[in-house]
Amino acid sequence: MKVELHNLTKKFAGGARGKDTVTAVDNLSLEIPDGKLVGLLGPSGCGKSTTLFMICGLQKPTAGKIFFGEDDVTGLPPEARGVGVVFQNYALYPHLTVRQNILFPLQNLKGKDKLSKSEMLRRAEEAARLVQIDGLMDRRPNELSGGQQQRVAIARAMVKMPRVLLLDEPLSNLDARLRLQTREEIRRIQRRTGITTVFVTHDQEEAMSISDIIVVMKEGVVQQTGKPQDVYDNPVNLFVAKFLGTPPINVFEGRISSGKLVMGEDAVLNVSGAQDCDVIVGIRPEGFIPDEKGALRCTLTGVEVMGRDKSVIFTSPCSKAPSIRAVVNAESVVDTSSHEVRFTLRPGKVLLFDKTTEKRLECELSQAQ
Amino acid sequence: MNNSTYEDYSKIERSVSLRRRIFNGITYFLLSVWAVAVLFPFYWMILTSVKSYGEYNSEYIPKFFTATPTLENYTEAFTSVPLGRYLLNTLIFTVLTTAIMMVVITLAAYAFDRLEFRGKNLVFTAFLSLMMIPNELVVITNYVTVTEMNMRNTFMGLILPSVTSVFYIYLLRENFAQVPDTLYYAAKVDGTSDLKYLLKVMVPICRPTLITIGILKVIECWNSYVWPRLVTDDPDYYLVSNGIQEIRENGFGRENIPAMMAAVVVISVPLILLFLIFRKKIMEGVSRGGTKG
Amino acid sequence: MKFQHFKGWIYLLPAILFLGAFMVYPLIDVFIYSVEEGYNFASQTYSGVGGFNFSYVLHDPYFLQALKNTFLLVIITVPTSTLLALLISVGLSSIKPLRSLYQTIYFLPYVTNTLAVGLVFMILFKKTAYSDGLVNLLINWFGGSSVDFIDGPYWAKLFVLCFYTIWIVLPFKILLLTSAISSVDQSYYNAARVDGTSRFRTFTRITLPMISPTLFYLIVTGFIGAFKAYSDAVALFGTDLNASGMNTIVGYVYDMLYGDSGGYPSYASAAAVILFAIVLTITCINLLISRKYTHY
Repeated sequence: MKVELHNLTKKFAGGARGKDTVTAVDNLSLEIPDGKLVGLLGPSGCGKSTTLFMICGLQKPTAGKIFFGEDDVTGLPPEARGVGVVFQNYALYPHLTVRQNILFPLQNLKGKDKLSKSEMLRRAEEAARLVQIDGLMDRRPNELSGGQQQRVAIARAMVKMPRVLLLDEPLSNLDARLRLQTREEIRRIQRRTGITTVFVTHDQEEAMSISDIIVVMKEGVVQQTGKPQDVYDNPVNLFVAKFLGTPPINVFEGRISSGKLVMGEDAVLNVSGAQDCDVIVGIRPEGFIPDEKGALRCTLTGVEVMGRDKSVIFTSPCSKAPSIRAVVNAESVVDTSSHEVRFTLRPGKVLLFDKTTEKRLECELSQAQ
Repeated sequence: MNNSTYEDYSKIERSVSLRRRIFNGITYFLLSVWAVAVLFPFYWMILTSVKSYGEYNSEYIPKFFTATPTLENYTEAFTSVPLGRYLLNTLIFTVLTTAIMMVVITLAAYAFDRLEFRGKNLVFTAFLSLMMIPNELVVITNYVTVTEMNMRNTFMGLILPSVTSVFYIYLLRENFAQVPDTLYYAAKVDGTSDLKYLLKVMVPICRPTLITIGILKVIECWNSYVWPRLVTDDPDYYLVSNGIQEIRENGFGRENIPAMMAAVVVISVPLILLFLIFRKKIMEGVSRGGTKG
Repeated sequence: MKFQHFKGWIYLLPAILFLGAFMVYPLIDVFIYSVEEGYNFASQTYSGVGGFNFSYVLHDPYFLQALKNTFLLVIITVPTSTLLALLISVGLSSIKPLRSLYQTIYFLPYVTNTLAVGLVFMILFKKTAYSDGLVNLLINWFGGSSVDFIDGPYWAKLFVLCFYTIWIVLPFKILLLTSAISSVDQSYYNAARVDGTSRFRTFTRITLPMISPTLFYLIVTGFIGAFKAYSDAVALFGTDLNASGMNTIVGYVYDMLYGDSGGYPSYASAAAVILFAIVLTITCINLLISRKYTHY
């Protein structure tokens, strides 16, 4: 089921007297292709959860329309939309067993949709098998681990065969190890059922790792939509660049001067296709190559060995950051006795942004030689 | 689901919003009925208190309003029965009881929360088990004790049995326990004495709870009836509850209901004012006191 | 270290003294009183030890009347007030505008003097030579005939007593239930809505189980409170409750202790111990049932 959002806006009455309104979602248009897993990504308060709640019908948009396929569902109550929702805290009924929890949505069906008891049980079993909790059917939620609760919540959302599956911060209540495991699980289930899925997260790594498409939002406005790798490689502005990637992108001040990118006194890369101007230089941690003859000179503060690779920590006169982190090959040699460290930069990992608008500058970068 | 037409959807929309509106209407109606049931006695008592004696008694069918309100019943209430005396007694009783209780429970709660001494847990358990003892069981001996000590018709006799509350000690201790230990250790390092720490740190931090407990105790004192009735038979020591009972049975010489109502209004107003001022605190305190179990 | 121990006890001293004198000692004493036969208040002597006080009380028609009144009051008011409070709280929780106004109004009876407002109720229900009273006026409007609720037939008096008791106890129950309902996580309701759960089913399958601990707490305390009913009866029917046939167990205890028929602390103690036994039994039964039905 394709989901389309047309100029969706949501305003909340703010303040005690409702004088000033807060715009949570601002004129948002989005097309979610059938059968894809889409991650809505952004810092807290960016309107991603509000968007999700409007898609499932728990909140009414102030303006704009929502289509499921060809159907305008904007004014429909949630139960008539055929959506399955997994809530951030799972919202499993604590007094019901796993089986009763999964059966709950089926028991609500009325009229011609009403199912026989055995059919309900069969569907519940099937949903439980899908998320591999069929052995836990008679437990209560508080007897389950966080990951198992999560699966029950997914099973409950899936059991009525929704047209769209919505997940609100599905992994935020899990510990790091489980999070990794569960996000694979979500990916697997989504692939197997082919159901259009939208999930909301503030964790970019989570969104990048499992989404077919990510939508980066800020203050109610979509910043960029695309395949995770594309968005990572070609962010449209500094916000998106900063938001994606761990460790985050390092930000420097620099300028373009007669075809060269200059940071401090060092001309680090050649630039073509851009006017001379002051720019913001974003360099991904993996964009640094330690090189004794490298063009970029920085002050070394330390080296952290992480096993697979190592981090070089340094400061630069061109950056306000108290420490800059470069992730380099474990084999790279960095002279820790020296105060100075020099780098060559990988052009593909360096991004230039307009100093005032913070928009990405379209230009070609290449090695200085 | 997929081939549903647009008309179907708008039909669903309309029926949902209609159902909601009907449901809301019924809810508001029923809530208002009970609100009237609650407010009506108050309205009636005020209304009756401003009707003159003659007017009230001439209405075989009571009227819902009066064209000639009068304050004469209030003068009557204060002059022909010692209503002022009752109010003053209740005020003294309430203030003293609450004040002494606050001191006693604060000290006890602090001891249970902060001080280390042998037998603390045992004593605390004993205290908690006292919470289950109903007042009716101990009132008999207390009556005998107070009578034997010649404290009937004294404030001592009225006040002393009600200056401790195990439940409030428990409530306060719970609140004290939320103050981080580090504050205590910091104060100890600075050489602060326990008493000073209690007064300068714990009491200000836990002031909201202390105020709530204080208000709840005030309400309790103002309305107390059984104990005062047992230990006072001299009208000079009557509290308002006993006073109103006295007025009902022997007051005003004749059945002067408007004057009675004036007295009722005078008695009720202080607490209602207190409630309206501290509405949030009182309601929060009562619901917290209630969910202890 | 020694001083530290000492200090703890100093802080506790006032509480221990007061509790010892006015709770622990009386508690032991009441059981002693209840078995001392023929106790004389003036000379403080007694003739023997045994169960006579209990058997006297249990054969006293006034006590039996009080027992009957109290049980009827409990059986009628506890379920009614709990159900009514539940209905009102659910209604309150489902509205937004005016909610806090309603909440404030509903709480008013909690802060009023039981005796004083009881007087108002008496006037509303009483039938005198001068006037049938307001309630009778309403009854007449609907075509009924006047009843004297204060000095009239037993059922009428019981009705007023129950009505007034419910009026007095509702604020506490409404307050607790509304806050229990509002503390149910909104996401349960969201989940239920997404699944198309009807209002009724949401209430019975989600709200009710989630607030069941509070509900049972209210039932338990409701029973205890109703068994101790006294001042509401005094407010409506005056201090001589035996004469009006509306005495309660607690009223009987006080009457035995003090007042026109007073001066018998032994009988009073025996009645108090009986009351305590009844309340304890009922509470234990309640707790056993609640353990079975509250799930978490």
